[in-house]
Amino acid sequence: MSVNDEPLLHAQDLVRRYAVRRGMFGRPAEVRAVDGVSLTLRRGQTLGLVGESGCGKSTTGRMVLGLEMPDSGGVAFRNERMPPPGTPEWRRLRARMAMVYQDPLGALDRRLDIGVQVAEPLEIHGIGTRADRPARVEALLRSVGLRPDQARSFPHELSGGQRQRAVLARALATAPDLLVCDEPISALDVSIQAQVMNLLSEVQARTGVAMLFISHDLRAVRQMSHRVAVMYLGRVVEEGEPDDVLRAPAHPYAQALVSAIPHPGRRGGRIVLKGDPPNPAARPTGCAFHPRCAVAAAVCARDVPALKPRAADRRLVACHVAQGEAAPGAGLPRHALEAA
Amino acid sequence: MPPLVEIAGLTATFDGVPALRGVDLSVGRGEAVALVGESGCGKSVTWLAALGLLPGKARVAGSVRLDGQEILNAPPATLDALRGGRVAMIFQDPASSLNPVHRIGRQITEALALHRGLRGAAAREEARRLLDRVGMPDSRRRLDAYPHELSGGQNQRVMIAMALAGSPELLVADEPTTALDVTIQAQILELLAEIRRDTGMALVLISHDLGVVAETCERVCVMYAGRIVEETAAADLFAAPAHPYAAGLLAALPPIDGPRRPLAAIPGGVPEPWAMPPGCPYAPRCPRRVAACDEAVPRLATVAPAHRAACIRPLPEGAARELLSA
Amino acid sequence: MLRFLGLRLARALLTMVLVVTFAFVVLRLSGDPALLIMSADAPPEAIAAFRQAWGLNDPIWQQYIRYFAAIFRGDLGQSMRDGRPAIELVAERIPATLALTLPALAMKLGIGIPAGIHAALHRNSFADRAVMLLAVAGFTVPSFVLGLLLVLVFAVQLGWLPSGGQESWRHAVLPVLTLGIGGAAVLARFTRSAMLEVLGQPYMRTALAKGVPWARAVRRHALPNAAIPTVTIVGFMVGSLLAGAVVVESVFSWPGVGRLLVVAVANRDLAVVQCILLLVAATMVSANLAVDLLYGVLDPRLRSAPREATA
Repeated sequence: MSVNDEPLLHAQDLVRRYAVRRGMFGRPAEVRAVDGVSLTLRRGQTLGLVGESGCGKSTTGRMVLGLEMPDSGGVAFRNERMPPPGTPEWRRLRARMAMVYQDPLGALDRRLDIGVQVAEPLEIHGIGTRADRPARVEALLRSVGLRPDQARSFPHELSGGQRQRAVLARALATAPDLLVCDEPISALDVSIQAQVMNLLSEVQARTGVAMLFISHDLRAVRQMSHRVAVMYLGRVVEEGEPDDVLRAPAHPYAQALVSAIPHPGRRGGRIVLKGDPPNPAARPTGCAFHPRCAVAAAVCARDVPALKPRAADRRLVACHVAQGEAAPGAGLPRHALEAA
Repeated sequence: MPPLVEIAGLTATFDGVPALRGVDLSVGRGEAVALVGESGCGKSVTWLAALGLLPGKARVAGSVRLDGQEILNAPPATLDALRGGRVAMIFQDPASSLNPVHRIGRQITEALALHRGLRGAAAREEARRLLDRVGMPDSRRRLDAYPHELSGGQNQRVMIAMALAGSPELLVADEPTTALDVTIQAQILELLAEIRRDTGMALVLISHDLGVVAETCERVCVMYAGRIVEETAAADLFAAPAHPYAAGLLAALPPIDGPRRPLAAIPGGVPEPWAMPPGCPYAPRCPRRVAACDEAVPRLATVAPAHRAACIRPLPEGAARELLSA
Repeated sequence: MLRFLGLRLARALLTMVLVVTFAFVVLRLSGDPALLIMSADAPPEAIAAFRQAWGLNDPIWQQYIRYFAAIFRGDLGQSMRDGRPAIELVAERIPATLALTLPALAMKLGIGIPAGIHAALHRNSFADRAVMLLAVAGFTVPSFVLGLLLVLVFAVQLGWLPSGGQESWRHAVLPVLTLGIGGAAVLARFTRSAMLEVLGQPYMRTALAKGVPWARAVRRHALPNAAIPTVTIVGFMVGSLLAGAVVVESVFSWPGVGRLLVVAVANRDLAVVQCILLLVAATMVSANLAVDLLYGVLDPRLRSAPREATA
């Protein structure tokens, strides 16, 4: 179907900077949380965004939704530019997209029962009439595996998994085209994680909603996503089909991430990165990963690698060595920082 | 040789609600044991109770022996000498587990003074050596840093250094990597393995992450609703779990390869501590349930050599593999 | 650092200007000093002459500018009642006020803080509940009611202590008690909740797991952290060392700054009132500034940036 070929959402070269003050008496410094990220979301498909803390994945998610305006670059939803937050067009767009957060208790109002909270988007966007809203709420609750009588429950009376279902019901109330899930299962127990992942997949199959699945958990991302992008310090360093990236990651950071996945039954053989995740306020020159990279070459400290398809297999990777542009070096532990 | 730590029939009750319902566990000298379970199963409470770290309103009963000596509900002076000395414990969120207004050097030397009688320059030098040991770069300068000036991974290294100050025979690590990034998690687990190789220290690793414990520990105990429901060697657990809950947990993990299909999620949720079913607490969610399961709580029984499970219909070896690949 | 101080000082000055402006306007709009100071049946020419002499016939903005211009010269005006410089009048009353408020502050700190700490360490015990009950009583009862009650009991009924004036140290006992009790009550409750918050923190559990004995963990780990929020309230109490005794000084006829303020306002003795307000504002603002700086000393997190800026 041709309508499915056109991307639902396209983000191009998003950049987002924050000013951060150092302590009570310090001077403000600039942090580039997102530094040139492009991505595409298609109907009925899920893009997984993977990375560790400080990589900018949550900020990217917020820009995709239009909750924050990028400092440069743009987001186009259904071929139209994302309007600035707060404008009437932006408010109308809220019905077309929704967000699911990591902390379901924090995402719900403690003083309202979940029936009221699930109905709220319907009221705001004028969907349905007052008379049929209770029926809609009931249908929504059933669709996420909750019982209609739980509409009278308060968030603290529900378990973590049930709360996340309630958040999902609320997110789906307006039948959105896009769902951004920011670590939706990290706060849940393992057995509940499986339930919620199944539910998200089922909802996607049923309604064709597109998803941006943000997580640090590669296994979950593999389960949920049709494509995966690995982020490091504000940039996408590798992108491809999940099975390809997991089986043979091209970027050294992706290799370390994949090897760090705990494996019942595996003993040893894990790539252990040296050093700490970098501070976005103290960005290394050239490739941001080079201080921790075991194969960094001289060029890696100078030039920022571009994200482009690799000659051999068209895998998108941002790495001089992986692209074959430089021979693998022996690593560059001493590094210069970009001028603040 | 008697085990280093032997816990028998440990129960803990908060305001009349039981959190631990009879835990039996032993740790041998130099052994690495994992305690696995989901939230509320009692895995952390077990060791907090054993070391007397629960708040005063908790009622703890049973037996905890260290080297044959009973330490449960021992007098404060005994416990103070023991904690941080022979048995050390590190916790989940290193940033909030360190005192924000003390420099980390001081927090380490405090442990050194208490357990090795070191003070002044000698203590400082030893603290620096410990920081080197745990892989903290620039250790001399870091002694004067505050916890908020360090990353999560670095703070956890400080916690480990503090724990090592008393040369413990056993380190209890309560979800030490849960709040950390995956690549840092790998570093910390590697560090713990290294320390164990050098000192022969025993390790109890408490976690909800089955994969993490599989790579680090020799023996795994699975907990559910305040009891241990399965206990065996790590390799055996992952190859052939006997208890349906352990099998269910493994099956619920998203696979790394193979075709993609809906995950085999365990239906329902953990019962509330005040609303426990009669008989086996897992029965309401168990695919192998029979009428007899509701009659009495199953005891831990041997199902294979060095493999115990609290189930009257444990999975035979082949069956688990079926469940996992279903 | 300099930028921080500079900003704070600028804000402090602005506060003081606003306080005085407010008083200026309200005083002039609410009563006629001429009529109040010279009795109502003085001859009209005398009243008119008084007004002329003190510039009260000039438009308000002119009086305002004149006043501030005078401040820059160091002249805070003169009392309309006896012509003496306002500064002198106020300065000679300060020791009397401090003779009450300083011992009261010592009492607040010496009773309130230990009571709060004890209550927190023995939560839900009889001692805890007693302290909390007394504390609520202590800060709900208005100070003049408390003062009058104490006078009734100790001065009138029992005759142990005098009820007013400033002749001997015995005259200070009741006013100091009145001032101290309310503050001790507030401090006890506040210290208790700060301690409870700190005692529940993970680093306390770490200290115990390290083998630190309980008493030492409380002293070395809990108290320094509980001090941080407590300093705010103590700062406020120090800031009201001069102004906090207005009601009590009136109840006990104690010749301090507070009493002077009451009389001066009643008489619309403009310069004196403004002088006192400036002084009080300056004290409060300095105390707040000191507290802000003290935070930096007590809480290292405020001194340097946190390590991670997560996105």
